[in-house]
Amino acid sequence: MLQRLLPFLSLIALFAGLSIGSPYFFTGTNLASVLRQTAVINIMALGMTLVIVAGGIDLSVGAILAFAGLAGAKAMESGAPVPAGIAVGVAAGLVWGLVNGLLTVRLKIAPFIVTLGTLGIIRGLALLYSGGLPVVGLPKGFGFLGEGTVAGAPFVLYVLVVCAILTHLILNYTKLGRYAYAIGSNREAALYAGIPVGFHTVAVYGICGALTGLAAMIEASRLMTGQPTAGQGYELQVIAAVVIGGGSLSGGEGTVAGTLVGAFIMGLLANGCDLLGISPYVQQAVIGAVIILAVTVDEIRKRKLSQS
Amino acid sequence: MLLTMAGIQKSFGGVRALDGCDLEVAAGKVHLLLGENGAGKSTLMKIAAGMYQPDAGVIRWRGEPVQLRRPAEAASIGVAMVHQESLLAPHLTVAENIFLGREPMRGGLLERRRMEREAAALIAEHRFPLQAGWRVERLSPAQKQLAEICRAIRAASSLLIFDEPTSSLAAGETAEVFRIVRTLRDRGMGVIYITHRMDELRAVGDRVTVLRDGRTVANGELADFTTEQLIRHMVGREVATLYERSPGQPGQELLRVEGDGVHFALRAGEIVGLAGLMGAGRTELCQAIFGLPGAPVRVWVQGREAAIRSPRDAAAAGIAFVTEDRQRTGLALSLPVRANVTLTNLGALARLGFLRARAEAGPVARLVERLRVRCESIEQPAGRLSGGNQQKAVLAKWLFRQARVFLFDEPTRGIDVAAKAEVFALLDELARGGAAVLMVSSELPELLQMADRILVMRTGRVAGELAQPATQEQILRYAAIGS
Repeated sequence: MLQRLLPFLSLIALFAGLSIGSPYFFTGTNLASVLRQTAVINIMALGMTLVIVAGGIDLSVGAILAFAGLAGAKAMESGAPVPAGIAVGVAAGLVWGLVNGLLTVRLKIAPFIVTLGTLGIIRGLALLYSGGLPVVGLPKGFGFLGEGTVAGAPFVLYVLVVCAILTHLILNYTKLGRYAYAIGSNREAALYAGIPVGFHTVAVYGICGALTGLAAMIEASRLMTGQPTAGQGYELQVIAAVVIGGGSLSGGEGTVAGTLVGAFIMGLLANGCDLLGISPYVQQAVIGAVIILAVTVDEIRKRKLSQS
Repeated sequence: MLLTMAGIQKSFGGVRALDGCDLEVAAGKVHLLLGENGAGKSTLMKIAAGMYQPDAGVIRWRGEPVQLRRPAEAASIGVAMVHQESLLAPHLTVAENIFLGREPMRGGLLERRRMEREAAALIAEHRFPLQAGWRVERLSPAQKQLAEICRAIRAASSLLIFDEPTSSLAAGETAEVFRIVRTLRDRGMGVIYITHRMDELRAVGDRVTVLRDGRTVANGELADFTTEQLIRHMVGREVATLYERSPGQPGQELLRVEGDGVHFALRAGEIVGLAGLMGAGRTELCQAIFGLPGAPVRVWVQGREAAIRSPRDAAAAGIAFVTEDRQRTGLALSLPVRANVTLTNLGALARLGFLRARAEAGPVARLVERLRVRCESIEQPAGRLSGGNQQKAVLAKWLFRQARVFLFDEPTRGIDVAAKAEVFALLDELARGGAAVLMVSSELPELLQMADRILVMRTGRVAGELAQPATQEQILRYAAIGS
């Protein structure tokens, strides 16, 4: 039990350590900025949790983020109201997610390969579609999504909480969630149990895409531009968040709470390194080491469990 | 004596596989190892080959006590095993596989030419229908075994273990394996030969050891035993009293199957046996009925034709498939028993799209109780149940779906005698409750005991149907000759 809580305890320890170590950490402005920074990765990681639980992986989420951000920004640039622009971004993400899902299911190719391919395709299309230039001139009101404050807390916090609750409900209280665990744990057995495996696999990628589309609009809102180069390397941070939170790349394991803890650990590490004046070069190495450490601890726990 | 194993014990997760096994193998003899499924033959041989560690007992090699902690250690003293399922690397060539782990090197580089030359010479010497440069994935099962034999000879092994080598082979290939076994013996090698097929004993064997329920129950010169005596030792008395069907009258037709050479029907309250040799197409027939890819069959459920294109359609039509390989196709091992059981019918738990956790635990607990699935709680991962309890969990899954037609593929494979009796009781209970059961089994005594009538398959077709009381000989004749 203690080991299961370890990621959460490390998050608290990290939080406490940083509060003592830096006078600037435990301040409203800093915490709000950590939340705003991690919200994007966090929301993407929620979708990725579903995909990884179902035994898949999506390497194209960083590229989807760029494409969806551009699509939404373009819509608003050409006069669409803000909610419609956000909807366009989410829809673009959804479509790419469905494409990823359909390709893995129809072509029967490993999702690692499929999404490695779509990563290139989507990023290329984003650059082509924007001519490599950012989309600017977005309506003022759009900034509220990423930078607004409601009742003293960043608006993105509410968005994140709603997304997390919905994802948690999907994973634990719907057929889709249960099927995702079953497919990830043993795809053959799921098929033999009469589950429409293909349909649910596509659905899971679709949700991941849609959440990435939402994250894309938050990112765009914070920068007030749509960037064709946005989100480069985000896929690795997102996957790392899921894995630190106990998700297994061989499928069948992962929780929303774990993923949130994983994403916040990474967010706090980055923020802490900044505050303590540790070079960004060292930061990268620290985060890498934390990933290996977290997974090692989790593996030891599972091995003990299977022996008892 | 080449190899002596005395008092060997081994348990897996609380299930005792070996309970004091003794075996003595001499050089220059073919030693038959007989026993029913689950008697412990394969476990004993995996211990001899260093793949498992015994919990207790002594192993001697040429009189000296040895510990075989890894397959490599067994290989280094000269024990080699030809496996039931090939353990060759499919993407490498025959030559590369023969030398795998013992590649000839010069100056840190592979001597490819020498490897191929020596492999070719070895193959030629034994007149094997193989070529050194062929990739293993393209070989037939028999050729793969020959490649494994080459590997064993090349490793200068003095004891060769064959684990049911002929189970996947055609008759001509079987004769070839016998010839090779005899040649190896005549060169002074010790051979342990595991088989299920009583008809092939006399063709190769010199000495024999019979295992039953993890113990050595007979041992000696093959010539001193009649085949009937050997069977009696293998079967013991347990099977005779394992289970007695309760009498009943079959009701209406629940399932009708029509395909190429396949026509039969199952009625409510009936257990129909499906016999046949390995590779006769029994599993494939079940898969086809269940909507998995295979030979096309037309299926009628309760008199109405059902278009079954996927397991989903089959499940919706009330058909359940309890597969042979529970770990691969039966259970999501990392998920709790609860989630496995309800997987087939989550719709029954949902209200407005949301699963009601409270509605789940009750029915699962009742099924677990009814089938006597032994688990710590319904939250225990299915992978940590014993084989018999996993089998019951798979059945619980389909009872939760309220299936009425049950296809059981080797329902007693890999489970102990006590669990077998329980599984039989459940089959009987299903039939009494008005379900139709198709029971695929290679265990003829079990079929004869449980089935109301027996269909026998041969090369993808139903070659005959036997009414009870039938005999093993009748079944085997249909299975082997088709009449």
